[in-house]
Amino acid sequence: MAEKVLMKGNEAIAESAIRAGCRFFFGYPITPQTELAAYMAKRMPKEGGTYLQAESEVAAINMVYGASAAGARVMTSSSSPGVSLKSEGVSYIAGADLPCLIINIERGGPGLGSIQPSQSDYWQATRALGHGDFQMVVYAPSTVQEMADLAYSAFDIADKYRTPVMILGDGMLGQMMEPVELPERRTELPEKPWATTGHGNARPKNVANSLYLVAEELERTNFERFERYAQIKATEQMCEQVDCDDADIIVVAFGASSRIARTAVRYAREEGIKVGLFRPITLWPFPADALSATCDHAKAFLSVEMNMGQMVDDVRLVVNGRAPVDFYGRTGGVIPTPAEVLDKIRQINEGLGE
Amino acid sequence: MEEMRVVFAGFGGQGLLFAGKVVAYAGLIEDREVSWLPSYGPEMRGGTANCSVTVSDEPIGSPLIMDPTALIAMNQPSLLKFEETVVPGGIILADTSLITRIPERDDITVFELEATNMAEDAGLKGLANIVLVGKLLKETGFCSVESIEAAIRKAVPPRKAALIEKNLQALKLGMEG
Repeated sequence: MAEKVLMKGNEAIAESAIRAGCRFFFGYPITPQTELAAYMAKRMPKEGGTYLQAESEVAAINMVYGASAAGARVMTSSSSPGVSLKSEGVSYIAGADLPCLIINIERGGPGLGSIQPSQSDYWQATRALGHGDFQMVVYAPSTVQEMADLAYSAFDIADKYRTPVMILGDGMLGQMMEPVELPERRTELPEKPWATTGHGNARPKNVANSLYLVAEELERTNFERFERYAQIKATEQMCEQVDCDDADIIVVAFGASSRIARTAVRYAREEGIKVGLFRPITLWPFPADALSATCDHAKAFLSVEMNMGQMVDDVRLVVNGRAPVDFYGRTGGVIPTPAEVLDKIRQINEGLGE
Repeated sequence: MEEMRVVFAGFGGQGLLFAGKVVAYAGLIEDREVSWLPSYGPEMRGGTANCSVTVSDEPIGSPLIMDPTALIAMNQPSLLKFEETVVPGGIILADTSLITRIPERDDITVFELEATNMAEDAGLKGLANIVLVGKLLKETGFCSVESIEAAIRKAVPPRKAALIEKNLQALKLGMEG
């Protein structure tokens, strides 16, 4: 087993991405993501890779587009306002069916917002990071170890389905240090026969583009893309369940807020309340199958988020009226406390007795 | 062992984040669960700084500590800000070189230590943070002396390796204090 080291979430993502074979990083600084870019600036030259601080977020994402089209493992990272600026490019990348990794270490919004941790980009990440008919795989790690693990596997998923993949973290996860065991270095990467690599007229040309002037052609590519999405939905859902088997109340939380919810659930169990934690690891595809299965016995759901209530929409879609779905959240960069969540669990539990 | 939740609080520049890192590394060396979370934001520039460090045998829930079992306070505003959050039975280590008003709670134990002056007198200027880590170890026994020494060796960056010896001296000073 590799030695465990103490690393910030931002740094763990960067190191793990390099080990996954990422050799191109294009970005623009923003708090609370900056350590990730700084780590890449230090490490990439030593790996023979490229770290480039672009003139803007828009430029950075278009450099990602180019490197991906040429077949490279490539990533960018930013925080909420910077991710919004990248949205046009992400749509182009999705339209051209290219793989890449995008990191969002969220902060409070809207607008320039705050620089404190937030989860208020859930809708943006899972519904519409850019215009047009597309989705992308979104991972929500909750520990530094998981940030490293998911950054590593995200490149494989991106290549396999030829799609942009996002890791949605937040300022708390990005800034905190925990022990992490880093993955082994990748020595072999998948073939990319679609890449625009130059071939001396030895084969028909490859084109990376998202422009279709014939509507039926675009419709056909969208149909084809959504077939891949169906496959992703069927095979890539991920979640963790803690004490859900006998739970009357299921707390649904992801990322940093799942850490707070986990503590609250433990306290509530100590008080004899039958409560469990359901933690989506993929936000898209939402782990609908596993959550739906808990409706067999769960009498109430509580979505805990660091926003005004965004994932709760997905919880309600899955629960579909079979049980009440409540919400508790803090926003703007304010972090909910375990005590606040515990109070909410107690309230719901009292309601169940009536 | 009980979960230890420490808040390190003081001015930016007093080495609070580093002190927290040493404690976190000691936990890591003993193969326990640890988390280290800094406050970050505009208040770090010349204002107050703090970090939360948890060392536990269980997976750690919230890394943001709202109910510390120990508070290391290196200035008066930080003590005022966090003293009420310490759990009953918890401890406060107050650097009385900079703190004049001591909490009056009778359900916690307050240890007064002139850490900044002690460090300066011993030729260890700027290492009051590690003096207080030594005191924390003495009062809680949260890890072995070998582990904390190894943690200092790991936490000091290679380009500052010359400072390891001074850090070890500061640690000893705190453990005797």
